[in-house]
Amino acid sequence: MTQTPHISVQHLNAHIANQHILNDININIPDKKVTSIIGPSGCGKTTLLKSFNRLLDNTPDVKIDGKVLVDGENIYDPAAEVTHIRKKMGLLSQRPYPLPMSIYDNVAYGPRIHGTRKKQELDELVEQQLKAAGLWNEVKDRLNTSATRLSIGQQQRLCLARGLAVGPEIILGDESTSALDPVSTAIIEDLFISLKEKYTIVLVTHILRQARRVSDYIIFVYMGKIIEFGPTEEVLLNPQKELTKEYVKGYIS
Amino acid sequence: MRRRKFEELFFRSLMVLATIVVGGSFFLIVGTIFYKGIPYMNLDMITKIPGGGFYIGKEGGVLNAIIGSLYIAGGASVLGLIISVPVALFINMYMDGQKFLSNTLRMAYDVLFGIPSIVYGAFGFLIMVYFGIRASLLGGIIAVTLLVIPILVRTLDEVIRTVPLELRDAALSLGATRWEMAKVVLRQIRPGIFTAILLSFGRAIGDVASVLFTAGFSDNIPTSLHQPAATLPLAIFFQLGSAVDEVQGRGYASALILTIIVLIITVLAQILTKKFSKHKSQ
Amino acid sequence: MQLRLIKDKFFSKLMLVLTLASVSVLLVIGIGLYYKSIPLLHKLSWGQLLTSSIWKPLKGLFGFYPFIMGTLWVTGIAIIVALPLCLLTSLYIVEYAPARVKRILTPFVNLLSGIPPVIFGVWGVLFIIPLIQKFIAPHFVDFSTGYSVLAGGIVLAVMIFPLIVSIISEVLRTIPQELKEASLSLGATKWETIKKVILRKALPGIVAATVLAISRAFGETIAVLMVCGNNAVAPHSVFDTGYPLPALIANNYGEMMSIPLYDSALMFAALLLFIIILLFNIISRVILTRLERRLVA
Repeated sequence: MTQTPHISVQHLNAHIANQHILNDININIPDKKVTSIIGPSGCGKTTLLKSFNRLLDNTPDVKIDGKVLVDGENIYDPAAEVTHIRKKMGLLSQRPYPLPMSIYDNVAYGPRIHGTRKKQELDELVEQQLKAAGLWNEVKDRLNTSATRLSIGQQQRLCLARGLAVGPEIILGDESTSALDPVSTAIIEDLFISLKEKYTIVLVTHILRQARRVSDYIIFVYMGKIIEFGPTEEVLLNPQKELTKEYVKGYIS
Repeated sequence: MRRRKFEELFFRSLMVLATIVVGGSFFLIVGTIFYKGIPYMNLDMITKIPGGGFYIGKEGGVLNAIIGSLYIAGGASVLGLIISVPVALFINMYMDGQKFLSNTLRMAYDVLFGIPSIVYGAFGFLIMVYFGIRASLLGGIIAVTLLVIPILVRTLDEVIRTVPLELRDAALSLGATRWEMAKVVLRQIRPGIFTAILLSFGRAIGDVASVLFTAGFSDNIPTSLHQPAATLPLAIFFQLGSAVDEVQGRGYASALILTIIVLIITVLAQILTKKFSKHKSQ
Repeated sequence: MQLRLIKDKFFSKLMLVLTLASVSVLLVIGIGLYYKSIPLLHKLSWGQLLTSSIWKPLKGLFGFYPFIMGTLWVTGIAIIVALPLCLLTSLYIVEYAPARVKRILTPFVNLLSGIPPVIFGVWGVLFIIPLIQKFIAPHFVDFSTGYSVLAGGIVLAVMIFPLIVSIISEVLRTIPQELKEASLSLGATKWETIKKVILRKALPGIVAATVLAISRAFGETIAVLMVCGNNAVAPHSVFDTGYPLPALIANNYGEMMSIPLYDSALMFAALLLFIIILLFNIISRVILTRLERRLVA
């Protein structure tokens, strides 16, 4: 790992309702690469992902300590501005959740909040991001229809475009393809691969084949601890730890 | 950025303020009733019926109204329960596969729940006139029963729906008839039935408009269903209308008595509901 | 074996009968009230009854306009006071309050809903009336006893707090967490998320809660009667007295039966209430059921 890390996690611990969900996490997530977090369900993958943009704060009875540095800035610093942190990261959740408004307004939602008001500017931005998400040709004639009319695969790409529109540096994907059909899944996976030129991407997935297809690095998490971290091929084909070996073989899942 | 943060802070403060007003209104009401009622509170109030000259400020209490209210609320709750349990069971167990019908029925009870008590009072009075019943304990019980049936049905319906379908299926697959299964379900929801009774009792004991023309008013404790009966809310209403300070004060004390009764009932119902939902989630 | 099946059949029929009987109360009330209103409707048309403001039962003149206006004023004030407060409270309880605060707050809202109407009336007389008479009204009008549609509206508003708060909170709770997260992760503040996403999504539920609250307020009798002044003149300001329909029925029934058509007129008032409340209830229930179904799907 020669590059500078984009996200650096130091001694992160998280308790939810007195359960120790994340146990002393230390990791450096490389810049402009795809990193996948894998592990059995309930191991803390999603909790770890949500700690990156402080959505974890909204969980009831949660207690977090430790540091997460993004671009060298600790996001858990009491003085940190949480909306500013979140703007840096686009989140793509398990199922698409289009906002209750038109396709256009969904993409324009973020920029408007952050102060872009000019119609022409917004128009350009919407077109650009919908193109980046590979959705422009399918929706360009019906930008003002409700976003819920789209197919679920289209909705997920819309959510990606919506996230890109605020100009993030990092994309967080929380099992983003688990609700999609194989064709839509393939489209989203290809998008991730092409987007890493500009963005740092962190994915949570339980599909090892997907992790292998799209990611450069893999983090294996088990019972709230990081067991192994390394380049994809190494972790999947030549794991160092016994637990990783078993999981990769499909024993713990 | 500053403007956005300010907006957030502003509306957040507004919400806290609104919550204080809404939550505080409870304390304001109960506080006012206690503050005004306690000076006039004494043992006579709850142990004696109105004596001669009670309504010009002489001695006596409102035992007649307390007992009358308990009779009416108790009678109506029991009668209402006898009707509501079968109805709730029927909607849930005998109407499988007829979702439209059962939902329509549920909505009808929701609407009945929304009918104001003054309409039940007026309608109850019509029934009484039709059958030649005079304003009496019986008349009051009939009107209040109409009022509490929708409350009971809705509460019981909700409770029965928490019984896992698997349990019903298990009973049915053992060869039980639907009625035998219903008995199993009834045993399961016993705490829920108590909650329903408490809720209906609480509503019944505090309602005025339904007993206004149906129960009459009397200074004596009724000894038969055909005698008129006083009720606590009505006693409060009458005493408050008096020009005599002492009588008005007793109105406040009566209000205090009613408030305490109702608070006890509501708290009990809440504790039961909580227990029940805990039981359910295990 | 045979006996068991007969038992099952018997109870099933019994339940059917009880269910039909209790539901048909809805129909029977409507028919009964209409039947009793016929004598009045024979003499005066619906239009006359609803728009005339002359109420002189002794002369056979029954104009319900003042009472309808009284009801509308009191209900309107109650909703204007209660809705914003309850919306903000529900948002606070569901979106902001820490779990501990939530656990303390919710029981109090329930306790408030258990307090009987007559107690609200007593509180209105003891607290709201003097408040209006001494502190609010002097700023606006020369003289007020405090007994006014404003007093009725405020008392009613407090009475419908629990109803509105419980429905709106329920609706807010059904909005998926992920939708809120989607907005938050774009860098929106919590309030921006509420304003642009949550409120939009919850709108049908808020409308349903309001309609239900209106119908509840329409029918409330005793508490309003105690603080409204009960004067058969349509109010023109919030400090005027008012005479809502339920109060009219409660104050006069059984007392003036010797006057011809008087009881018919009061039953007509009950019929009016019944029809309006029936409609409003059905509307709100349909919205809420649709909402529920959409969420299941």
